Amino acid sequence: MLRRRLNRLLGGDERRVDSRTIYVGHRSSSTTEAFIPPKFCDNRIVSSKYTVWNFLPKNLFEQFRRIANFYFLIIFLVQVIVDTPTSPVTSGLPLFFVITVTAIKQGYEDWLRHKADNEVNKYPVTVLEQGRKIRKESEKIKVGDVVEVEEDETFPCDLILLQSSRDDDTCFVTTASLDGESNHKTHYTVPDTEKDLESLNATIECEQPQPDLYKFVGRMHIYKNEQEPAVRSLGPENLLLKGATLKNTQKICGVAVYTGMETKMALNYQGKSQKRSAVEKSINAFLLVYLCILVSKALVCTTLKYVWQSKPGQDEPWYNEKTQREKDTNLYLKMFTDFLSFMVLFNFIIPVSMYVTVEMQKFLGSFFITWDKDFFDPEIKEGALVNTSDLNEELGQVEYVFTDKTGTLTQNNMEFIECCIDGFQYKYRDANSELDGFCVTDGPVNKVQEKAGREREELFLRALCLCHTVQVKESTKQSQGDGLIDQVDGFGVDGEVPRPPQEQRGFIASSPDEVALVKGAMRYGFTFLGLESKTMKILTRNNDVEMYELLHVLNFDPVRRRMSVIVRSKSGDTLLFCKGADSSIFPRVRQEEVERIRMNVERNATEGYRTLCVAYKYLSAEEYAQADAGLREARLALQDREEQLITIYNQVETGMSLIGATAVEDRLQEEAAETMEALQGAGIKVWVLTGDKMETAKSTCYACRLFQRNTELLELTVRTLDDGGRRREERLHELLLEYHKKAVQDAPPVKAGVTRTWSSATQDYGFIIDGATLSMVLNSSSESNSSRYKNLFLQICQNCASVLCCRMAPLQKAQIVKMVKNSKGSPITLSIGDGANDVSMILEAHVGIGIKGKEGRQAVRNSDYAIPKLKHLKKLLLAHGHLYYVRIAHLVQYFFYKNLCFILPQFLYQFFCGYSQQPLYDAAYLTMYNICFTSMPILAYSLLEQHICMEVLLDNSTLYREIAKNAMLRWGPFLYWTLLGVFHGLLFFFGVRYLFSNPALQDNGQVFGNWSYGTIVFTVLVFTVTLKLALDTRHWTWINHFVIWGSLAFYMFFSFFWGGIIWPFLKQQRLYFVFANMLSSVSAWLVIILLILLSLLPEILLVVFRKPRGPHARQIAAVTPLSYKHLKERE
Amino acid sequence: MMASSYNAKDEDGHITVSGPGGGTLRSKKPENTAFKQQRLPAWQPILTAGTVLPAFFIIGLLFIPIGIGLFVTSNNIKEFEVDYTGVDMSSPCFNCSQNFSWNSTKPCTCTIPFYLDQPYESNVYVYYGLSNFYQNHRRYVKSRDDSQLNGDVNSLMSPSKECEPYAFHENKPIAPCGAIANSMFNDTLELFYNDPNGTRIPIPLNTTGIAWWTDKHVKFGNPGGNNPNLTAAFQGTTKPVNWRRPVYELDADPGNNGFINEDFIVWMRTAALPTFRKLYRIINKKSSMVPTLPRGNYTLEVVYNYPVRSFEGRKRVILSTISWMGGKNPFLGIAYITVGSVCFFLGVVLLIIHHKCGNRNNSADISN
Repeated sequence: MLRRRLNRLLGGDERRVDSRTIYVGHRSSSTTEAFIPPKFCDNRIVSSKYTVWNFLPKNLFEQFRRIANFYFLIIFLVQVIVDTPTSPVTSGLPLFFVITVTAIKQGYEDWLRHKADNEVNKYPVTVLEQGRKIRKESEKIKVGDVVEVEEDETFPCDLILLQSSRDDDTCFVTTASLDGESNHKTHYTVPDTEKDLESLNATIECEQPQPDLYKFVGRMHIYKNEQEPAVRSLGPENLLLKGATLKNTQKICGVAVYTGMETKMALNYQGKSQKRSAVEKSINAFLLVYLCILVSKALVCTTLKYVWQSKPGQDEPWYNEKTQREKDTNLYLKMFTDFLSFMVLFNFIIPVSMYVTVEMQKFLGSFFITWDKDFFDPEIKEGALVNTSDLNEELGQVEYVFTDKTGTLTQNNMEFIECCIDGFQYKYRDANSELDGFCVTDGPVNKVQEKAGREREELFLRALCLCHTVQVKESTKQSQGDGLIDQVDGFGVDGEVPRPPQEQRGFIASSPDEVALVKGAMRYGFTFLGLESKTMKILTRNNDVEMYELLHVLNFDPVRRRMSVIVRSKSGDTLLFCKGADSSIFPRVRQEEVERIRMNVERNATEGYRTLCVAYKYLSAEEYAQADAGLREARLALQDREEQLITIYNQVETGMSLIGATAVEDRLQEEAAETMEALQGAGIKVWVLTGDKMETAKSTCYACRLFQRNTELLELTVRTLDDGGRRREERLHELLLEYHKKAVQDAPPVKAGVTRTWSSATQDYGFIIDGATLSMVLNSSSESNSSRYKNLFLQICQNCASVLCCRMAPLQKAQIVKMVKNSKGSPITLSIGDGANDVSMILEAHVGIGIKGKEGRQAVRNSDYAIPKLKHLKKLLLAHGHLYYVRIAHLVQYFFYKNLCFILPQFLYQFFCGYSQQPLYDAAYLTMYNICFTSMPILAYSLLEQHICMEVLLDNSTLYREIAKNAMLRWGPFLYWTLLGVFHGLLFFFGVRYLFSNPALQDNGQVFGNWSYGTIVFTVLVFTVTLKLALDTRHWTWINHFVIWGSLAFYMFFSFFWGGIIWPFLKQQRLYFVFANMLSSVSAWLVIILLILLSLLPEILLVVFRKPRGPHARQIAAVTPLSYKHLKERE
Repeated sequence: MMASSYNAKDEDGHITVSGPGGGTLRSKKPENTAFKQQRLPAWQPILTAGTVLPAFFIIGLLFIPIGIGLFVTSNNIKEFEVDYTGVDMSSPCFNCSQNFSWNSTKPCTCTIPFYLDQPYESNVYVYYGLSNFYQNHRRYVKSRDDSQLNGDVNSLMSPSKECEPYAFHENKPIAPCGAIANSMFNDTLELFYNDPNGTRIPIPLNTTGIAWWTDKHVKFGNPGGNNPNLTAAFQGTTKPVNWRRPVYELDADPGNNGFINEDFIVWMRTAALPTFRKLYRIINKKSSMVPTLPRGNYTLEVVYNYPVRSFEGRKRVILSTISWMGGKNPFLGIAYITVGSVCFFLGVVLLIIHHKCGNRNNSADISN
């Protein structure tokens, strides 16, 4: 309080302070303090970018920030200012078109956002003001308002729950629209608040808005009649987030803490860093080359112009005098404007339309992914989701796949397999078979197998029933209740567990393991009935209902890797149950108990099960009091609450005794092994990054055939480090060198394109590292060692067929991805995962793929592409990725090519027109070439081309290697295309040049002029580039036919039309009847045909002589000539 | 309701996404249409030696005859060219070219005798040719006003700025304005046949039919439409600086005077290259019995008005017959023959390769 006042006195802005104070219901806390309502933003959600007023300037500014648009703007301005050969219209029109279309698209999107915003902002809400309920528009809510929300309504802002209509002071909420988790979450009212909200006089102190949905710290001061204010801690369980929906609760009241753009929802959906694809980098590199070509062309022409002009009589012959102004201009200024003029004349070499076409291709192309019915999963009734269309082609370039294990390689569909109590194994094999010897009946224990005592069994099962955060599904409570009674009856009669009705029982939990465990316990007779007002009810085997008061939940987190509950039984004993990973439990229990269980745990782990250990301890009254105080204090802390809590947790969770362990099976995803095999066949290295135990992960790897039987495993884990008995660091050094020798130095040099993983001749290596060792490698004590280790580690990994990283923290996953991403050759990485713990690596990798799994929607939301199942990855990469890459690579190369051979004749013409910047083509042709005449065929090609059909791509994963490392956009192919462009350009120009050595080309002796010359060159050009594309097209659908022949027909039609009319708006009727006259000349026809044919001849020859190479050549050749008929049959 | 706002928000982050991203969340099973599944029926041609072979032979077999035809046609065209610039001392026009001045009132005439060693049977086309004359210079090409030439009265009195510095002279608009018009070729060429018996017979030169029909009838037009009194129509304008006569005195024939004078129209079609020829006159064939130009001695009389020495240009007169492919130009014929032979040769090579490889392939397949 003092600090706050101090802050205010010092003029401290609320923003700069790390906490904010809220007056509930705008009532001042004390009379002594002058009430100054702090200023917060209003509850308006503004997702729109523009308003009517700023749309034009802001949108234009945004658009011209793109380098390409800016370039064309500059060209346009030069054309306007300087006397240039082409009118500003030639570049202004396409630019205007592009800008307008983009602006309209963005404007429309923004309009939609405005509409959505308005819907939200004008939504009526009920606010309690001085005891009266007032209907307000949502946007008018201020921080401190007490808001009432009814069932199935969404919260208009972030609220602290003050009052609920439910008896137990809770309410249920789904956050489906926030993070996609559709389960009901329980939120609690602030404890001990008065029922009468009107007389509530309280302030809330909480942190400044931050985007983490699952974090919130604050405290509430409640003032009562001049007493010392009561303080209550506030956590995420008290905070109702905007966007979430109230469920199962009639109504609640809450006080607004964050409003409008400061709500967690608004903070969360702002911008995600844009990923750029490697193709785009190639485009930029090519662009640079072409820019150099452009500048050098302009420079050459400018220089030659002045050399040429220096000869007498050339600069200003009597027939062509300059205007007075031109004569007066300074020589250097003239040179400069000449240079600019040449730039303008040749600027078409960098086409504005390429950007538009690439964008369109990406945008439209990504629809094919969402439309693919093979990606549709009937289970979740969803197909693939494309979050960004910028990375389509990157899918064809992946070199490393980082995959999560749980939920990605495996189904995350947990099934309780067995448990072990005090070292005795209890197996639950099949649903229909007898329970394996559990003491189901009260009769004597089955002595075939030794069993633990009944006491321990029940303790273990109680632990399973209590130590979790599972909820019973509320909505079906009634029917469940009935079923339960029946069950209980049946239970007593045959003493056998009637399973089916129980299976239907809905449990909701954040992790499927917990559900599996609770269900497992249920099979053994202990049923969790639910949690009601801090009391957990369980139904024991004897049909007794036991009640436990839930005192504290020590939440699970991935660092501690365990969770605990503190409960008080009816008898008054305070118990702590803890379950967690073996590595985190074993050090915290009595060592003599460990050995018996460890064996079982390890056996289970090697079988590929997920294991958890369960421990408990009795808490004495003092111990509990101490823990309770510590926990409460830590929960009230505003700063470092997390750290404080963890410290307390660690203090409490010590000296426990181990009861047993559980094994839960996580089945492999459908076709996981096939997918992995295909990826490896495609030359992609697969790394498994998991938080799971090494043994479990290893067995999954074997099951997925990532490790083969003959794979030699190189292990770098805490266990191998401890083996030598020396200091870990030394041992690490030694091992790294040893492995490096084995995997890198002794390995035969890997030849590119050779199917290494297929051949059994060479030794395959698999590498295993765990989180602890990785952090040692990455954060070694000395700087020099660190980078050395890192290098060694990377080299080893890159030479291994697959790598398994286990016991990874989420951040470590991202670290690994980053390390590989930045390694030599900067390989393209892909991360695939389904859970929140994979988000960091999904964001880090070049391509992030989310699996629409069971662990919420966070991974999907942060991914670039989302698919329902792992098996879809194969088609996504091998078919879609491959095709997209080939399409866009061809698109880019073709665009550069067609503009080079468009502009080269214009450049050459300068040598024949006194370097006067005379354009060869008419302005209309200059403008329309890229927009109309040649744009559609390449767009259709880049959307529809399948140079190899999908089935073949999927069957022969090695085909993926042929485009690896950006094969089609490297300098080699680029040079080929450039040379082709140069060849064509030279051919067009000089072919017509020799024809024009006698310009009398008509049979009536009349002659052709310069515009006829340009038109003939242009006609040859349009036909050649279009037919060149036709030659490259391997997949002719009717659309291709339509656009290719349509474009040519359009060109003919347009030329007739353009030359057929005296256009009133044109200053010069340059092309009047030029085209028609050209067609009346036999010579023109003959030269056009000759030049087109001659240009395409080398291309045809090359195709014929270039025999398909490689091991699959014949296969491809055999399958490729798929005819129309074949396809029909397949349909 | 909130969900929709969330979507709008989501789009905000990455604009390009909105289409495919936003929609799919709610969409159900993708439609199984050929287009959406990328399974449109398609023709998948592959070029192999086998498929290309016939094409090569066909091209070869087609191009070689065409080429030979073109070549023969071009060779049969008779063309005679004489340079009358007068650079050499010996040249009859040397004096004229030396003593050229713009303001001389007395025209300088020179006579060039020449001999045609073969008779020109069909129509003969008389061209004048200029060299090193940059009619395609940008400043020159744009220096015209097409609406003025089309007969627009407003443009007649206020010519376009493009015509500068040939737009106004002594505050009067120039008609026709611009550098092209100003520099119109104004040598007069006359042909005489020196009969063996000593008489000089003037050869009638046809002044019409040398310009594009559309140019003469649509693109160019005199102001005032069909007003026969051109002098009145051009009232208030002045002749181009370098012209000796105003535009309405170009020809006595009213259908070939003013802007629609064919010599003028021909000149206004700017040439593509700095060395060019333009059609000047046509000598029509009189009867099928007598050649248009019989073998013998001729005299070319030139009224030397057009200076080209200042920019090292050249002037030529070309007499040429015309075929269906236009004037004499061996390029097309040679090109066609070359390409045709190359195609044919490649066809043979391909045939050999295909034959050998095909056999090997077949045997390999069988052994498999």
